[in-house]
Amino acid sequence: MSTVEDYVARIEETCGEEKGAVVTFKYGKKDEAIAKILKKAKLKNSLSGIIFELAFQGISFRMFSSGKAIFKGVKSKEALHDILAALLL
Amino acid sequence: MEHHSNIVPWEIISKIKGFAIKYAKVNEDGTLDYEDYERKFSSKTKLASLSHVSNVSGVINDVKRIAQVAHEYGALMFVDGAQSVPHMPVNVRDLEADFLAFSGHKMLGPTGIGVLYGKKHLLEIMEPFQGGGEMIKDVVFNQKTGHCGIDWNDPPWKFEAGTPNICGSVALMEAIKYLENIGMFEVLKHEKMLTEYATKTMQNCCTKLVLYGSSDHSIKCGIMPFGIVGLSSHDVALFLDNFGITIRSGFHCAQPLHQVFKLQSSARASFYIYNTREEIDRFVEVLKEIEQF
Repeated sequence: MSTVEDYVARIEETCGEEKGAVVTFKYGKKDEAIAKILKKAKLKNSLSGIIFELAFQGISFRMFSSGKAIFKGVKSKEALHDILAALLL
Repeated sequence: MEHHSNIVPWEIISKIKGFAIKYAKVNEDGTLDYEDYERKFSSKTKLASLSHVSNVSGVINDVKRIAQVAHEYGALMFVDGAQSVPHMPVNVRDLEADFLAFSGHKMLGPTGIGVLYGKKHLLEIMEPFQGGGEMIKDVVFNQKTGHCGIDWNDPPWKFEAGTPNICGSVALMEAIKYLENIGMFEVLKHEKMLTEYATKTMQNCCTKLVLYGSSDHSIKCGIMPFGIVGLSSHDVALFLDNFGITIRSGFHCAQPLHQVFKLQSSARASFYIYNTREEIDRFVEVLKEIEQF
């Protein structure tokens, strides 16, 4: 059974802005992660297949084709983990 | 305008030693308010500390001016040279600095090693801050007292307790030789050329671009803080990352300066000897693309 950790290499807290987190997907899993997220989240905007503005469960986030995503306004690490689980699993 | 590394250690040691710290004001364009800095001195001042170049705005400070005032008051001058030594010729005598520190990793050298310059007569009267091998001349057990009498080594060994970072030292020396072989005036000239070119190109081509800090190139080196209206610095950084262009986003370890700029964060492009005008052209092309988002 897959876990969030199968897809996520690391999560870093951003400095500045409203508190946010940069999620970096594992290189070998990034295409699969991006495809799953694009399937589940609502696409609000995109540019050149590089940057995607998405919404899921009331949370707006931006995902990049390089395999990174920025989540803002997520209250805790646990809440972010739950969102990632819902998106990826 | 200081990097956290020139704030946090002083705050820590002030709590231990019980001294007061006074912070000088910064103007809205990121330049130092020299008059305010000078007003902070009194007969009680022991040490003034100032970055030579801001790691956020690239503004070059007139360290010598502050050093001269410090010495008039009998205080010492510490200079954070982490952002100047790798990018321009620096002469500690010209600056009248009593101490100057810089890092290896900002000048093609390894991480985890840096240099602290100090005037010899000051280093000689200072007590060591760490104990261990190499930093002593003699450690002799005294039967009568039951203690060891210790004779410190001469500077700089007095301050280099234990086995040193030999690999790091060798690598940093090679980096310094490499830069000196190019010539620090050449390094500065190249960076100034790139900064002026980048500023002009970005201003001409980008419509949602905001450049932060002073626009006076005569007091700046190759650092450009900027923002794109409607996007966070992290969005800009991650977008550029897709094209193999690396910039810094966030506070750049200088949160108080962002308070002056009234910014939540900033994106920062910085240039060095390996960058070219063609890379700046590509950088601006990508910025133009993200502006469409």
